[in-house]
Amino acid sequence: MLIAAILPLGLFLFPLWKITLEAPQYPTSLGMYIHINDFVDANPHDIKNINLMNHYVGMQYIPDAIPEFKIFPAGILITSLLGLLIAWKGNYKWFLGWFILMLVLSAAGMYDFYLWEHDYGHNLDPKAIMKFTNPDGTQMGFQPPLFGTKDILNFKAHSYPQLGALFLGLGIAAGFLAYFIGRKNKSTA
Amino acid sequence: MKKILTSTIALVTVLTAFTSCNNNSGNSGGNSGALSSNVAEKVYVAPGEHDSHYAFISGGYSGNLTVYGLPSGRMFKEIPVFSQFPTSGYGYSEETKPMLNTSHGFIPWGDSHHPDISQTKGEIDGRFIFINENNTPRIAKIDLKTFETTEIIEVPNSAGNHSSSFVTENTEYVVAGTRFSVPIPQRDMPIKDYKGNFQGALSFISVAPETGNMDIKFQVLMPGFNYDLAHPGRGASHGWFFFSTYNTEEASTLLEVNASQNDKDFIAAVNWKKIEEYVNNGGGKMIPADYAHNVYDEHTHTATSTMKKEVRVVNPTDVPGAVYLLPTPKSPHGCDVDPSGEYIVGNGKLSANLTIHSFKKMLVAIENNKFAGDAYGIPILNFEDVLAGVVEQAGLGPLHTEFDGQGNGYTTFFISSEVVKWKLGTWEVIDRQPTFYSVGHLTIPGGNSGKPQGKYMFAMNKITKDRYLPTGPELEHSAQLYDISGEKMELLLDFPTHGEPHYAAAMEAGLIKERSQKIYDLEDNKHAYAAKSDADTKIVRQGNEVHIYMTTIRSHFSPDNIEGIKLGDKVFFHITNLEQDFDVPHGFAVLGQNTSELLIMPGQTKTSIWEPSKVGVWPFYCTDFCSALHQEMQGYIRVSPANASTPLKWSMGEDIE
Repeated sequence: MLIAAILPLGLFLFPLWKITLEAPQYPTSLGMYIHINDFVDANPHDIKNINLMNHYVGMQYIPDAIPEFKIFPAGILITSLLGLLIAWKGNYKWFLGWFILMLVLSAAGMYDFYLWEHDYGHNLDPKAIMKFTNPDGTQMGFQPPLFGTKDILNFKAHSYPQLGALFLGLGIAAGFLAYFIGRKNKSTA
Repeated sequence: MKKILTSTIALVTVLTAFTSCNNNSGNSGGNSGALSSNVAEKVYVAPGEHDSHYAFISGGYSGNLTVYGLPSGRMFKEIPVFSQFPTSGYGYSEETKPMLNTSHGFIPWGDSHHPDISQTKGEIDGRFIFINENNTPRIAKIDLKTFETTEIIEVPNSAGNHSSSFVTENTEYVVAGTRFSVPIPQRDMPIKDYKGNFQGALSFISVAPETGNMDIKFQVLMPGFNYDLAHPGRGASHGWFFFSTYNTEEASTLLEVNASQNDKDFIAAVNWKKIEEYVNNGGGKMIPADYAHNVYDEHTHTATSTMKKEVRVVNPTDVPGAVYLLPTPKSPHGCDVDPSGEYIVGNGKLSANLTIHSFKKMLVAIENNKFAGDAYGIPILNFEDVLAGVVEQAGLGPLHTEFDGQGNGYTTFFISSEVVKWKLGTWEVIDRQPTFYSVGHLTIPGGNSGKPQGKYMFAMNKITKDRYLPTGPELEHSAQLYDISGEKMELLLDFPTHGEPHYAAAMEAGLIKERSQKIYDLEDNKHAYAAKSDADTKIVRQGNEVHIYMTTIRSHFSPDNIEGIKLGDKVFFHITNLEQDFDVPHGFAVLGQNTSELLIMPGQTKTSIWEPSKVGVWPFYCTDFCSALHQEMQGYIRVSPANASTPLKWSMGEDIE
């Protein structure tokens, strides 16, 4: 359980997610790492260049900071601390509780990410230089995929978890494993 | 006079004979190249793939330096060096005008000759490339991180800066020798008094190890010969420099005859280490001189020109053991040193033979004090004492030699229009291949170094004639690329070159490719008039000078509506490109601009002066197709009469008022 509680702290060292944009005239693709507390260029000036591209279709600039950059680190710190406390004091049933809490919070985080992406891809400047419509006449959105790869006009957008997400996932899995081991030990004892 | 006529007629007859010979061999050579079926593969670089080598080919009377890829023969860039270049605004923009300043004022043109890449421990390191200007003697340094000319130093007391710009084994010096001897210091005197009064300056320009900054350390004032070409010693002969001479007759008129009378001229061997030590101990004397030193700062994106007032000169007879003369037949042109530093090749251009001197034998002769005499106090060695060997009857009109690092020399023959491969030590001819036509220099990658990189050799020809689709009387020159990895040279490719390529420097692409810069960092921009964001844009009037701090980013200028300019104003457009993406330059041109456009790289600031001559509303626009909205990238500037009271206003994205 100790391991489970510590692993998510890897999010402070490694990026959680990465969005990559490929196009023929970008032999070095544009990319952005999403850290738990920051957006970071994959290569120097990438975010500036993504913003420059996106302003043609009226997308907002990727902000320097969002409230989540404060909330998420606090959430991870608190849940890790909680995990440590449980590892030290609690019994195995608490492990399951922590596991479920982490699952719910992660799902909430993903949903929040989806909402932001949706807004980013659909809330477009009405004076956008280029306006595109879907075949059915509705306004075309430029939302990057939540997970996976998607073609958006001349770009191919990839959205995949990074090492930080792996640490979080492993931590959650370890929590569940700790619960099983705890239960098994209990029944054999 | 009768004698002159007879000898001229004789020479013409001989040349005609060789030219007709050459036509026959030319045809057969062309055929054999076409018959080789796998040749195309050897020069084919698939779309998107990169060439394996860079070639930097001098632009001769274009004043510039061109960048090619090998083996494809594709040209990638023309680097402006000594000539104004409207494509980028070099020599037109306020920032780069100082680069072309000289003691004779602003000079818009130059004649570039011999590029040479910087070296470390006898190997080319790809940091800088140096090139000489022949007409108004100057040496330029190009930074191979940015492929921009970053420094130009004028060489005083020199005239026809031809035996230049060759670097020593660790780029301690870039050396510039004078082709024409002149009165030093310059003065009003009869030309007929040339002999004994004119002198030839050999300049040693130190290169600072870290920054590459150039400074004339000393000039050796030699007898009034013509100093034609030069190469540094290397390995055992590191510390020496060798210069070929002609016109040891010291003629000042009809040199084609009068400078061709002596059976032998000289290769001057200069022990620069000895002179350096002499100078470091206070030797030589400072004399008044007038020369410009122009430096481009990559952070301010601005060049400054400083006039220097004196230079240190050294009389070679004041430094015993510093200079010796090696007799060399028939007005030698090229003066080339093999990779080991032992052999010094003198290409007697009026000869059929190549003369090769031995550095070791030269040292022995000096040690034994075996001299044949002296010229103005400089000891002359005996020809036989220093001779290593002769490549007999190799061709006609030998000019230049390069080496493959495998024990072979390759010499160009202008008159018989061919490259001849021969073996060092045995002096036997191994192979010969025709060139098209009348080859001057040739280049092997890594040529002037202890470690040539072999594989390719290319010949740069003076005459093109029928090689390409005709383009009227004026033609580009032609070059031929050969594969030299086998015993026989194989002609691979024929490609046109720009201006008159004299010499070229080439190297494997790796080192340069890795370091090549993509953008200028906007944060590092220290230009006095930079606007680093839209918020920094403004217009400042100082009397009749108006400074516009303007920015560009896809796809607009800021500001793009300007009013309040009056006739008689001098308008400075200071334009900063805010882009930080690779290969997104913006251009700037305004109707009626009396200079060139500006082409501004990401993160860079450039300035163009506009002195409007007519009242009206004049458009300006981006000249580089920067983006999908490039055609929208435009603005207007309103010019009012001199006595108008139109207030100074500027805006972007809204109407004025």
